[in-house]
Amino acid sequence: MGRYIGKRLLLMIPILLGISLIVLVLIDITPGDPARIIAGSTATEEEYEQIREDLGLNDPLIVRYTRFIANSLRGDLGKSFITKRAVWPDMMARFPYTLLLAVLSTVLSIIIGIPLGVYAATNQYSWKDNLAIIASLFCVSMPAFWFALLLIQFFAVKHRILPMAGIEQWQGWVLPVVSLALGYASIISRQMRSNMLEVIRQDYIITARAKGLSEHKVLYRHALKNALIPVIMTVGTMFGMSLGGALIAEVIFSIPGLGNYTLTGLVNRDYPVIQGSVLFLSALFSIVILLIDIVFAFIDPRIRSQYVRAKRRVREGT
Amino acid sequence: MIRGLRIEVHEVAENILEIKDLVVKYHTDDAVIHAVNGVNLTVKKGETIGLVGETGAGKTTIARSILRILQTPPAKIWGGEIIFKDEDIMQKTEKEMRKIRGNQIAMIFQDPMTALNPIERVGFQIAEAIGLHNKISRAEAERRACDMLEMVGIPMERYNEYPHQFSGGMKQRVVIAMALACNPELLLADEPTTALDVTIQAQVLEMMQSLKEKLGTSVILITHDLGVVAQTCDSVAVVYAGEIVEYGTAEHIFDHTAHPYTIGLFNSLPKLDSTEPRLKPIKGLMPDPTNLPKGCSFCERCPEAMEKCAEKSPGVTEVAPGHFVKCFLVGGE
Amino acid sequence: MSKPAKKKSGLSETWRQLKKNKAAVVSLFIIIAVALVAIFAPFLAPYPYDEQNTKRALEPPSEDYLLGTDRLGRDILSRLIYGTRQSLQMGVVATVIAAVVGVIIGAVAGYYGGWVDNLLMRLLDIYQSIPMFLLCVTLAAVLGPSLRNAVIAIGISMVPGFARLMRASILTVREMEYVEAAKSINASNARIIYKHIIPNAIAPTIVSLTMSIGGSVMAGAGLSFIGLGVQPPMAEWGAMISDARNYMRAHGTLALYPGICIMITVLAFNLLGDGLRDALDPRLKN
Repeated sequence: MGRYIGKRLLLMIPILLGISLIVLVLIDITPGDPARIIAGSTATEEEYEQIREDLGLNDPLIVRYTRFIANSLRGDLGKSFITKRAVWPDMMARFPYTLLLAVLSTVLSIIIGIPLGVYAATNQYSWKDNLAIIASLFCVSMPAFWFALLLIQFFAVKHRILPMAGIEQWQGWVLPVVSLALGYASIISRQMRSNMLEVIRQDYIITARAKGLSEHKVLYRHALKNALIPVIMTVGTMFGMSLGGALIAEVIFSIPGLGNYTLTGLVNRDYPVIQGSVLFLSALFSIVILLIDIVFAFIDPRIRSQYVRAKRRVREGT
Repeated sequence: MIRGLRIEVHEVAENILEIKDLVVKYHTDDAVIHAVNGVNLTVKKGETIGLVGETGAGKTTIARSILRILQTPPAKIWGGEIIFKDEDIMQKTEKEMRKIRGNQIAMIFQDPMTALNPIERVGFQIAEAIGLHNKISRAEAERRACDMLEMVGIPMERYNEYPHQFSGGMKQRVVIAMALACNPELLLADEPTTALDVTIQAQVLEMMQSLKEKLGTSVILITHDLGVVAQTCDSVAVVYAGEIVEYGTAEHIFDHTAHPYTIGLFNSLPKLDSTEPRLKPIKGLMPDPTNLPKGCSFCERCPEAMEKCAEKSPGVTEVAPGHFVKCFLVGGE
Repeated sequence: MSKPAKKKSGLSETWRQLKKNKAAVVSLFIIIAVALVAIFAPFLAPYPYDEQNTKRALEPPSEDYLLGTDRLGRDILSRLIYGTRQSLQMGVVATVIAAVVGVIIGAVAGYYGGWVDNLLMRLLDIYQSIPMFLLCVTLAAVLGPSLRNAVIAIGISMVPGFARLMRASILTVREMEYVEAAKSINASNARIIYKHIIPNAIAPTIVSLTMSIGGSVMAGAGLSFIGLGVQPPMAEWGAMISDARNYMRAHGTLALYPGICIMITVLAFNLLGDGLRDALDPRLKN
């Protein structure tokens, strides 16, 4: 098992290298020119060239790439072109907000989504199931940013129960988290429902009933555990996606998180910010996926033994 | 006046199960499937009765109806009584049924690969059945589960392993251990050896036989393999299109086969000592269960079909004591 | 006398199954309706989408302006109608691009296997390490905000999903016994690909494609909302919501209509995708 984790971590290195290369290349083909933005319209040609030199924009791609990698390993992700502040510390100051948003919305979506999915599956031919399906389809089809605005309109503007933006008080977190969580909850509940429906038709469920187990035990001890396994994967991917998707929520609710930072950087062609943010968020995403895979292996004994068996095979030299 | 008292002593074998006029249909979006059409069956205590027929004849439906574990949409039991130990279990509540399932009547399923919960340990799955029907401690349940494993020939060190770590034959043994764990009086074995290799088949059958003798269990063995029937069954019921077309002791069925369908089944078996160039299958296919024919359901394929076979369904005739046939050729009016 | 069951062709059988699903049929009509609105927009819209009338800005629904006007006095109804063009383009074109590219990559990887497969999968791994929406936003920003670039950005960010799906389908089908059976009766490779592999691999792709259109429409609206997609004065639903944002206090319902349009369109595609999935996969039927 340790071997597997080590292998995956090792694999992350070429992935990160690849991502940074892609980001650098992408920025190269960008029409905008940061030096021009910084120089402004009043700079002379020499000043402009000097700025380009200072920012290292004239060096060839390979040089810039290796410089970037070398610096990153030392923890130096450059300085923002616009604010002149170091990227890494700024990112780290903002990261907790994005993380909290992602975690809270994922947790809320699990709390809502899983029971809802189980409920829909166990009431399959009734109106309750149909209602649940329709409700979740609606939520999935609703743009989260629009939903957020509607929530603001209702709770903040019309009724003044919650703040419109800003996260100074804890109430400020409610609307952003809810606006994200609802969409995720619907995805989870749909998947949970379809997994439960599939598991319930399996032979071992009939075996469990034939043993005389109460329907309740059959569902929760046998069916649910099996149905839950694929959902874990979805939860993980969704958490990862929320790291990127929380972007719009941060903009709407003025949350000083990483998403906001990245967006500003993108709009301003702030290369170091763009490079740093994309790299960091992607690395985070990869780590989350790895964690999910590990959790998977622990929970599903069939997968666990694959790794144990492989290890044994290696040890026995076959 | 006292006439001579004639005291008749016969072995009254108790009937452990009596099925009367069972009718089961499946209701799907497209059509209604007439799966079981008036089945009557008796199982004596301690006997092994084989339920023989092709795939789709309704054998599994009959077995699942006994335990009432059919998927109730789309299945629906339209009528009939199932008397188990003098009580009609069709009338029992779900709570009462749960005390019977796994405890007094147990079932073994066809495919050992999917019959066990893949994420629970094998020993636990057996212990769960034991603990469910006996007021004993968990440790005691585990101990008994270990005993069951040993009884089916699996070393009890493997208690904590998962199903995927066992071969097909061993998985089936676990399933058998699970079914027999509470010492049921009736065992429903749904094609227990069909999914296994022939050599493993023999082992499992032998094990089932010895367990049955040791524990005194009555068995309904569902199979499409006449060889298995010959080896293990005391009585045989031949099922076709949801009806029992012939029933009797193994001797009746094998040596005095009466129904054309059963005769056809025996004829279609390849024989080692014959020099026939081709096999002799029964022509045609089983009738569409959504559209059963008027009259005898075997009529279309029957080499001896008469005009009246297409008009009316034959009744049951007792051609010899204990040997029942549903065919106009032997009576059936 | 019982008859043998009639053989039904794949396409008509799918259609027959689909027809049973009322929601899917309704969705199909909605989609066709939206498409027609998009095509005939100039004839349907009472005003051009960029005609401003600042004297009558921010008006509620009236006789002249059936759904009211926005902050520049433009007719909301007309802008909604023209907006169908943008949304459908971002939705359908982006997804089709992604599907075509993804299917080719996945098919090559799945069919040839070996080092080709390995290489492509490693590249996809790198690709997929960037969260999809982040990639989309980055590409859109980098290429420059415009409808065309938004389509490209969305399309590119959706490729890995289709590639992996196609590859997985091909791998599964390749191993299926009926392919082995076909080989054993000496069917040629091309015939096997054509008759067995493609039909079976295509079904999940079609389902995924339909559902992805919904996702693309949302992504497009999202991009326009933050200013990286369709540029003014073009009418696009996400952009309209963004416009309305500053006026929500006084004119709460301004953002309502474009959002509803997005929701109906995405819902229709999702329902259709659901229906297609149920109709195409016999195993999922009860």
